[in-house]
Amino acid sequence: MQVSMKLEIRDSPGQLVTALMPISDMGGNIKTVIHEHDYASDLGSLSVEVVLEIPEERLDGLMQLFRERGITVIRFGEERMHYQQSVILIGHLVHTDLGDTVDQIDMTGYAEVTRMSLAMPAIDERSSAKFTIKALSREDMDKAIGILREVSRKKNILMIEPLEF
Amino acid sequence: MPVRIALIGTGSVGKGVLEVLSRKNTGIILTGVADSRSGLMDPGGIPVSSLLDRKKKTGLCGERSISALKVVTEGEYDILVEASPTDAVTGEPATGYIRAALSRGSHVVTSNKGPVALHYRELSNLARENGVSFRFEATVAGAIPILHTLLDSLGGNEIHALYGVLNGTCNYILTRMAEEGLSYRQALDEARALGYAEADPTYDVKGIDAAVKLVILANTVWKKEITLDTIDITGIDLLTEEAIRLAEEQDATIRLIGEIVPAENLYRLSPRIIPKHHPLVVQGSLNAIIVRTDLAGDLIFAGKGAGSLETASAIIGDILSIRERYAGGN
Repeated sequence: MQVSMKLEIRDSPGQLVTALMPISDMGGNIKTVIHEHDYASDLGSLSVEVVLEIPEERLDGLMQLFRERGITVIRFGEERMHYQQSVILIGHLVHTDLGDTVDQIDMTGYAEVTRMSLAMPAIDERSSAKFTIKALSREDMDKAIGILREVSRKKNILMIEPLEF
Repeated sequence: MPVRIALIGTGSVGKGVLEVLSRKNTGIILTGVADSRSGLMDPGGIPVSSLLDRKKKTGLCGERSISALKVVTEGEYDILVEASPTDAVTGEPATGYIRAALSRGSHVVTSNKGPVALHYRELSNLARENGVSFRFEATVAGAIPILHTLLDSLGGNEIHALYGVLNGTCNYILTRMAEEGLSYRQALDEARALGYAEADPTYDVKGIDAAVKLVILANTVWKKEITLDTIDITGIDLLTEEAIRLAEEQDATIRLIGEIVPAENLYRLSPRIIPKHHPLVVQGSLNAIIVRTDLAGDLIFAGKGAGSLETASAIIGDILSIRERYAGGN
């Protein structure tokens, strides 16, 4: 799973390494580290944001290690679905069961529609909607887009995909 | 060294070629010319400016008794320049003219997409058997020398993929919808009024024109044997202005993009969401192409995809490169 956490460390040499060590000790994979120098406070501490990938069952062990080593976790967030793409759908979206169209993605378990903007100019006219989709991986995103493509074909909806290369 | 050409078609493209011949000293001599209703042959050379005047006054370039086929089969020329309008379904009568010229041992340069999209393999084999050239730079992306670049200049490269804006009419409509908040219908009417769109815009807005160019690229650059049916085509005629506004929310817009990825067997033309600052987002009736190669990396081309002189530029380039290659021949 992918998680992001904000760690508080003492503003002295070597502390960043000390803070990150438990992650590799637990077999986690660090994706990015954002070092927030701006936050260096009078208290002599600073915060670091880390995005990492770690097997779910080892997460408790990691938190334990942080505690043991005196590193405070200020914030913790799970980023389960971190691949994001937007598509635009044009057609009789409401009359073709918009809820069902969204469900087709949400039901997969590996992707979901996290945001939707809908523009309906007039009754009987075609409406346009932008779906923001999040997925677990690039492959899952491709699968989700494939499902939506198929649904759009069946419902006579024009789907506009992003150009990705 | 002078080179003799016979020109078939005196519409926008043909006029552009004549215009260049009258303005510039290219060493190209016109020995035959034909439009749909008349023709003219003179082995000694036809004076171009008086020809342009006559065409303007009478609507004819020559005598009614001389047909285009007669000019093709009986004229004395080194290169046939076939610039008649495209028929994407039959490719005729252009294909017949090209076949006849190649069989006579004459080179052919064309701006006509029909024969290349439908009969490339046959016509290029026929050219080879007769020891002559068959060139068609003007069929794809107008003034942009994309075929020459891909076939010759990038000869040592694997071309992995091509993405392009290949229809100026569609790009104009989408640009105006984005810039001015026009509806599809308003932007199309404006394009018509300005002469960017035909009275019957179906061929452009439904994506057929751009898809035919993808067929030409696939069959000539990658030596495939695909047809229009192979391409997954979606035009722009069902787009809404709301869709463009929704794309703008994320600093993007919508453009009609042609896509060839041979390894994935992907041949697609469709409107796509694309970041506003992307190099393929060109304005107005411009065309743009990105190719992805193994040695040269990514290359970007942009320029005018249509227009009389712009298309003539591609034709004249083909003529002169044939002359260069066969220098010392007839």
